[in-house]
Amino acid sequence: MTSTKKDPVLVVLQLSGGNDGLNTVIPYTNPRYFDNRPNVRIPEDQVLPINDEIGFNPNMGELKELYDQGKVAVIQGIGYPTPNRSHFRSMDIWHTCEPEKIADEGWLGRALRDLDPNKDNVLTGVNFGRGVPRALVAPGVPVASVGNLETYGVLTTIEQETRRDEAIDLFSRMYSPAMGRGNALEYLSQTGMDALQGADILATAPAQYSSTIEYGGGSVAQYMRNIAQVHCANLGTRVFYTTAPYNSFDTHATQMAAHSKLWTDVSRTVNDFYQDLKEHNASDNVVLLVFTEFGRRVHDNGSGTDHGSGGAAFVIGDPVKGGLYAEYPSLDDDKLLEGDLHYNNDFRGLYSTLLEDWLGLDAQPIVNGNFEKLGFI
Amino acid sequence: MAGTDIALMAHLMRRAGFGASYEELERRAAVGYEATVEELLNPEQQPPLEMDVLLRHFVDWKQINGLETNQAHWTYRMVNSPRPLEEKICLFWHGIFCVGDSKCMNGRQILLQLNKFREHGLGNLPTLLLELASDPAMVYYLDNQMSHKDAINENWGRELLELFSMGVGMDGQPNYSEDDVKECARAFTGWTVGNAIPRYPFGRHEALFLYNPRDHDDEDKTFLGETGNWNGEDIIDIISRQKATARFVSRHLYNFFVADEPQVPAWQNTPPRDMEAIKLLEEEYFRSGFEIRSMLRVLFNSDFFKNARFAKVKSPAEVVAGTLKLTGEYTRPKPGLYEVAQEIRYMGQDLLNPPTVEGWHTGTEWIDSGTLVERLNFAAAQVGDTDTPGVQSIIARLGEEGQSLTPERLVEGCLEMLGHYQLTDDTYAMILGQAQQRGPAETASDDFSERVAQMLQFIVSTQEYQFT
Repeated sequence: MTSTKKDPVLVVLQLSGGNDGLNTVIPYTNPRYFDNRPNVRIPEDQVLPINDEIGFNPNMGELKELYDQGKVAVIQGIGYPTPNRSHFRSMDIWHTCEPEKIADEGWLGRALRDLDPNKDNVLTGVNFGRGVPRALVAPGVPVASVGNLETYGVLTTIEQETRRDEAIDLFSRMYSPAMGRGNALEYLSQTGMDALQGADILATAPAQYSSTIEYGGGSVAQYMRNIAQVHCANLGTRVFYTTAPYNSFDTHATQMAAHSKLWTDVSRTVNDFYQDLKEHNASDNVVLLVFTEFGRRVHDNGSGTDHGSGGAAFVIGDPVKGGLYAEYPSLDDDKLLEGDLHYNNDFRGLYSTLLEDWLGLDAQPIVNGNFEKLGFI
Repeated sequence: MAGTDIALMAHLMRRAGFGASYEELERRAAVGYEATVEELLNPEQQPPLEMDVLLRHFVDWKQINGLETNQAHWTYRMVNSPRPLEEKICLFWHGIFCVGDSKCMNGRQILLQLNKFREHGLGNLPTLLLELASDPAMVYYLDNQMSHKDAINENWGRELLELFSMGVGMDGQPNYSEDDVKECARAFTGWTVGNAIPRYPFGRHEALFLYNPRDHDDEDKTFLGETGNWNGEDIIDIISRQKATARFVSRHLYNFFVADEPQVPAWQNTPPRDMEAIKLLEEEYFRSGFEIRSMLRVLFNSDFFKNARFAKVKSPAEVVAGTLKLTGEYTRPKPGLYEVAQEIRYMGQDLLNPPTVEGWHTGTEWIDSGTLVERLNFAAAQVGDTDTPGVQSIIARLGEEGQSLTPERLVEGCLEMLGHYQLTDDTYAMILGQAQQRGPAETASDDFSERVAQMLQFIVSTQEYQFT
């Protein structure tokens, strides 16, 4: 159970496209790494060592510093049985906790239902990006989805301000719940008011916020900054979610340059986010999960890597007991699974840890089973 | 021409297509309702969508594979096809016979399946089911290539019965047993694919349906009480004769074209909201020899259909395609089409990639606070753009009515131009109150366009506009 007085908050950063775990947390002294990566390999002398066997990608300097401060749990060899190498399907599996059948309820949607069963706060769950990821979807659970915090809101596409104000004023009256109009209309009214209320509250966040941290460019940095803004505004949000640009980690070709840039940005952004929260005395109740749908093929394809299985995830924050969790999968030929790293811990165990030991929920009905937890909280 | 005729035509075109401009509604109303129904039911009498020019602009449409490309292509078809019902029935079957890009990873294969729905979607149900059972995307999506005579995989066999033809039950009774599922799966052993569908590692070849007699279970099966050495075709014949199938197809047609029904899993124990209507459709199903076209002819010409105005929540595809038809902005290839097609995804309907084999939940389940904001902001932006040909045409028509429009007439005129929308008394009074604050609209004045656009924005922001 959490020991903080403030409500625990979970932030999720999804690295879309399948991050190459092998070049993220690198088994730099393993000759099998050398053999399998003739072209897509980080030279040993550039690796930021964690120990004599593995180390961080050289572009992850900020994350390495956080790691040295004990703020980063590295979850090695994470995956699930019978890995699926389709982006969409594998991401679906991570979202719904259903590797066998196709399901439509997301794990965080269920968590939100448990966190706020009476829907007291329309902002208990907030996604940054267009469209709500399935992880956050559950029937009847309101989730605000914000494409741009500065302009987010109802009818913001009406450009002229006076005209927009007039339309919103009319909107708030039209959607005021009126009884006896039939279930569907009443449901729409309520949803419209939820949206308007959520937008009104969210709109207050940027104005309350100032920070010495200057985030980098790109949408991940912008959205992580938005998450810090909303978190610091104390709007009661318990789950934040955002996604790196669609399939950006899908490095089939020219991986060395692309992957370096991706991690330079993510590492800096995660550190900026952490320091920002720290500056606002708001880091003690936040845990950040960084995950991807699968790792990549052990052997490179000449300029990039193809879809693989077992990968790496990170859990970051003040409440986190930093260190290495689970085991680094073997690179020996006979231990690989169809040329991919063999997972040794189920992502649903990671989720269970976050749900039970951080958010204080019963994990079993959310992740559809009992899975071994990791002791990083 | 009477406004009532145009209002009815607007209703028909919203349901049997994706809406129509006021000019098209007038033209069709002049032809007549029943004649228009016949035209819609026989799409092959209209020319197909002209693609030559398009292919020069969107060269990737020659060999469509990616999901976003497919979605843009379909959006364009919804807006521009001279055969509106062909696209609508394709969407209807796509929402039932679900195959998802998340598993198939081959948009082209799903496009080929959609083309089957375009070709056979209004035709004979057993023919359509046979096309489906031998469709490579479907075989792969439901794992039938993994179903062998000595080790059946029940996935396809079960979903064929549960989700594609009969439904789990009706009138409180189950429609089939677990044994029927197994026997059905046995009959479809040997129905497989050549060239496995995922791109890796076999490349982007089109998949091929194969029947492998050596892997077919050639023994007797007892299915729904009938015993014989059934193959897949026999199973489809038996299914098509079931009362449950008549009920299931009728309810789906009613849910999609007439009024929102409860979600499909509730159908075993929840009676249809209009049993009389369902009975009419069931009778036509058997009378016509399982023809979807005949059932729809009964449906569109019925009072229960004509009276069901605004009884359904629009699907995201209907919101986007309907709005684009109104603005007339994408009647030609134009940059921005791909982006605008993505709005359908943002509103919760990722075309060619339904969330599960059960498809999208419809009705009010389309709407949550995230998707509602997407709907409102999209529609308000589109109708507020006075540069689009559709909005300009609305402004011009209302401007021709005289020197000045009363606030009442401004509201009424805009409601008519959007397709004779109806508002509840409360909403109407609020919008009228807003219009009255600015007094009569002088049609020659500089701000007339702006007043019309504002009124259109008010209307598309209502709850009522979310209904079709």
